[in-house]
Amino acid sequence: MNWRRFNEKLGFGVLAACMLTVVFFLVVIFYDLVSKGGSSVSWSFLSQMPRNGMTEGGILPAIVGTFLVTVITAVLAIPLGMGCAIYLNEYASDNQATRIIRMAIRNLSGVPSIVYGLFGVVLFVQFLHLGTSVLASGLTLGLMTLPWTITASEEALKTVPNAYREGALALGATKWQAIKTNVLPYAVPGMLTGTILGLARAAGETAPILFTGAAFFLPFLPGSPLDQFMALPYHLYIMSTQHQAITEVRPIAYGTALVLVVLVFAMNLTAIILRYRLRGVRSE
Amino acid sequence: MEKTKIRAEEFSFYYSGCRCLNSVTMDIRENTVTGIIGPSGCGKTTFLRSLNRMNDVVLGSHAEGKILLDGKNIYNPDVNVVEIRRRVGMVFQKSNPFPKSIFDNVAYGLRINGVTDKHFIRERVEKSLADAALLKEVEDRLHKSAFELSGGQQQRLCIARALAVEPEVLLMDEPASALDPTATAKIEELIRELKKKYTIVIVTHNMQQAARISDYTAFFMLGELIEYDRADTIFTTPSKKITEDYITGRFG
Repeated sequence: MNWRRFNEKLGFGVLAACMLTVVFFLVVIFYDLVSKGGSSVSWSFLSQMPRNGMTEGGILPAIVGTFLVTVITAVLAIPLGMGCAIYLNEYASDNQATRIIRMAIRNLSGVPSIVYGLFGVVLFVQFLHLGTSVLASGLTLGLMTLPWTITASEEALKTVPNAYREGALALGATKWQAIKTNVLPYAVPGMLTGTILGLARAAGETAPILFTGAAFFLPFLPGSPLDQFMALPYHLYIMSTQHQAITEVRPIAYGTALVLVVLVFAMNLTAIILRYRLRGVRSE
Repeated sequence: MEKTKIRAEEFSFYYSGCRCLNSVTMDIRENTVTGIIGPSGCGKTTFLRSLNRMNDVVLGSHAEGKILLDGKNIYNPDVNVVEIRRRVGMVFQKSNPFPKSIFDNVAYGLRINGVTDKHFIRERVEKSLADAALLKEVEDRLHKSAFELSGGQQQRLCIARALAVEPEVLLMDEPASALDPTATAKIEELIRELKKKYTIVIVTHNMQQAARISDYTAFFMLGELIEYDRADTIFTTPSKKITEDYITGRFG
């Protein structure tokens, strides 16, 4: 075998090995979760309150809590993030100030989530007197998601050809008309996809809700946005490290982890399907 | 001599410190085809885009002097740019149909200008497509995507789209540069037809094309208007040596 062919094979082998390593861990994690948690997931597990010091029963309040918090996160992050991205990409001129703003937004996406959590305590829980609540947690997660939403939305706007904007302007459209009728329809699928991916990540976060509203155990569902709540990631943390009967609750912890992973996976899948669907409409 | 539709008066355009157009003065006459020729980077396109203020969107640019449309300076602060762009339509070098149906492409300009009467829109769309010599080829598939059309058809669709808002002037930036000879011939024939109703300004790289279709020809170089005259004069007895050198292909 000559040297060039060997080199080709070596390159291919190294790259394939990288890919296999990633897939290997993904499969192992998923296999572990399903094999140890699959048996505890049932309809009653999903639909019942925890009982008997959380050693029995289901995880309904955690599912509901995570759902509500994610809704609030979406309500904050989607309009604000898209609006900000539209302003930055379509209206703001490219100068030193906007470059610094962009850089700051990118940097914000690298801020550790625990820092957002502590910031949420100061701003929402204490200063705005929202208390530890669904609302405070949702807003904290919303802030954390914003950099992702903005960046993804801006990227989506950049993929719309400039010819669409100029074409509309040349026909007597105002700038906003051009954006609304000839840019956004083609950018929104990408914007939504990025946003949903950000939300999926937020739904699985523990640190930001730790101090802002997630409860160790509540025997009821939150009745108002100002109530405390249980959440899947925090429940998982409690069940796997903080519970006194650690071995008894292990199956519940695995079940919770499985539900959380499936939930996040479902959100990502939604994003993919949405993108696929809307792209189909667009090129029709 | 025809009435002046657009007059550039000592018009200069600056972009990030460089002067792309230097004190251009010329009259564009109503219901004629004015061809703009010159080597790449001479300011042809910049001049064309100044006529409907499409250069406004270029960051870090500014204009000096006047562009008079029917005697009124379109660079006056009180002028409504949107209205100017409706009156002075534009067809771009690269055809840019929107990802919509053929019908919606042509109706776009009407809808954004507030027309809601469906009957009126339908009539105007068909008329514009007919004026752009495209209706016969697409009348059975008006609601199909504009992307299904060939390159030449797409460019005629863009012309129809510009015509639908009934502009007074039509600016064309090398509208046939990406088309094959047959499609180009169709566009040229169309331009000759359209000048009966519209004032047309066309930038072209193709000297034969300028000679074939334009009534007046302007030769630009390095941001200066070198020579401007009737097309037959420019192409037979240009008054400047440099114009002659360019049109005979000695450079450019």
